[in-house]
Amino acid sequence: MMPSLYLPSDSLARAVGADEVAVALITQARERNLPRGLYWLEPLLEVDSPQGRIGFGPLTAADVPSVLEALQGDPSAHPLAFGLVEELPYLKTQQRLLFARAGITRPLSLDDYRAHGGFEGLTRAVAVGGEQTATEVFDSGLRGRGGAAFPAGIKWRTVRATEAAQKYIVCNADEGDSGTFADRMLMEGDPFLLIEGMAIAGITVGATYGYIYVRSEYPDAVATLRQALNLARAAGYLGANVGGSGQAFDMEVRVGAGAYICGEETALLDSLEGKRGVVRAKPPIPALKGLFGLPTLVHNVLTLASVPLILAKGAQFYRDYGMGRSLGTMPFQLAGNIRHGGLVERAFGLTLRELVEDYGGGTASGRPLKAAQVGGPLGAWVPPSQFDTPLDYEAFAGIGAMLGHGGVVVADDSLDMAQMARFALQFCAEESCGKCTPCRIGSTRGVEVIDRLLAAPDQSGRDEQVIILKDLCDTMQYGSLCALGGMAPFPVASALKYFPADFGLQASEADQ
Amino acid sequence: MPDEMLQLPLVNSLLERHKGSAGALLPILHDIQERIGYIPDAAIPEIAHALNQSQAEIRGVISFYHDFRTAPPARHILRLCRAESCKSRGAEELAAQLRERLQLDDHGSSADGSISLRPVYCLGACACSPALELDGRVHARLSAERLDALLDACREDA
Repeated sequence: MMPSLYLPSDSLARAVGADEVAVALITQARERNLPRGLYWLEPLLEVDSPQGRIGFGPLTAADVPSVLEALQGDPSAHPLAFGLVEELPYLKTQQRLLFARAGITRPLSLDDYRAHGGFEGLTRAVAVGGEQTATEVFDSGLRGRGGAAFPAGIKWRTVRATEAAQKYIVCNADEGDSGTFADRMLMEGDPFLLIEGMAIAGITVGATYGYIYVRSEYPDAVATLRQALNLARAAGYLGANVGGSGQAFDMEVRVGAGAYICGEETALLDSLEGKRGVVRAKPPIPALKGLFGLPTLVHNVLTLASVPLILAKGAQFYRDYGMGRSLGTMPFQLAGNIRHGGLVERAFGLTLRELVEDYGGGTASGRPLKAAQVGGPLGAWVPPSQFDTPLDYEAFAGIGAMLGHGGVVVADDSLDMAQMARFALQFCAEESCGKCTPCRIGSTRGVEVIDRLLAAPDQSGRDEQVIILKDLCDTMQYGSLCALGGMAPFPVASALKYFPADFGLQASEADQ
Repeated sequence: MPDEMLQLPLVNSLLERHKGSAGALLPILHDIQERIGYIPDAAIPEIAHALNQSQAEIRGVISFYHDFRTAPPARHILRLCRAESCKSRGAEELAAQLRERLQLDDHGSSADGSISLRPVYCLGACACSPALELDGRVHARLSAERLDALLDACREDA
């Protein structure tokens, strides 16, 4: 008899040919599972064996006949077989808490989800009540995973303590940063985890309705979440009596429309209200006056998805991972010019070098590594000389960088950092909501200054433009209303500081 | 475009579906665009009336978001990712290849209406850059050859 076959269904696995492989396998494959995050091996086919699941990848449809043939004899003899999937060092050394079910469960199977710890967090939250649940979240040390790393427990207590006729939970799933895909993976692969996290948040802070705001570039995530909501509702995890708590909570999925700025929480709220996604001045904070002017708990996907585990296992269990004030695990995302692109969930504290070199295996091109941009398009370019910095919010802030959402984009020596700096400002100009002047005007002026710098015929001309550029970065950083204008100078200043030659500068010129 | 008036019953039925839903403008616009292919000018007064907002407010929202179109799209829509991860794997060379082969700029549509180019900033496929989206489907680990093959397929069914 043919053993069970497992092939991921998420959009990136499909983007590299998993559907074609599935068609070729159609008579053999079991339902498609959520991916492991071993994207460099996708499409990755897993096959049961007495020792555990054996992996084949990256497959093409043309490989299927030979794989099926190998399964009749000695599977490990196939050239694309790489042994037991769970013994792969890339996977085995990870600390998967959020992505514990990756590769194992089917995305829309409530039975699979429950069989692997699903809804234990909600059950405990219902049992211990709101006050204790909020305390547990506070004590866990969980911080916002969207980038700002604000302590989640403070938000929960604030919203819980605010009296209002209506409160909301809003999940920010507008994962627009290049180099990040953990939110997408979680929504496509383990949607009930997010739903459970939001349900716990709802009954804890007294919110009766929630929205998941998903970017339009993620249609598969939207479709999966909508199906999952229907299944969860039918099973009593949403609705008038959430998980037997006697409290009501329900939610819907809303789709963005291609505006990067809507990943900023207040712009997202305006967008949910049906307006242009324009940033609001704070205060008032959304916890007091958020969606439709009512108290709103706004969190990133991974923050909310961390909550079920914290409740199920307790705050102390979670605190035991991590370092300093960065507690728990972080799903780091390896992207760009990297040999082993994928998802690496580890406790905070491993170094960027371990992540990029040990897990990532260096550049995909085989050329020397030049830099890594950590934390999305608004994050600094970190040179290899700083790769021994531990992945910790404070340690990264200490070197003038940011950890953000944990995305790491690797570049080899062929990438021109002056062009990347120019792009950061051009992107900011394109995506600025226009509310504040430093961002709206500064980004456009910044592109012009870089163009003049690159075209300057002599040193005095370059010096003049460098002074203007630094001054402009300073104005944007301290004068902008939100992180778009406030952090767009990070990639610019870091490129200028560490790669002056790309701007035609001597190190001493950039340093003045 | 006179035949836009013929779409009003559909627009009104979509508006009816979102009646009573808070902040429904984006879902309404998405629904209209999905069914009609773009947001017809004739729909704007209807939307404004249904939401008790001014036409200027509705137009302001449509123009703010990159996704919404106010004219019919080409048969194929190709969105090449131009963000950092894809740039680090040669997205700019692919963009040049597209411009050269289609004789279009980054935001252009071909004269025969067969293909529209649009930049996109991240498709979430960053572990397998570079990537593009063609008619809603993501293709990653692109090469110059694969891009040519995708364009050939678009041309064939034109």
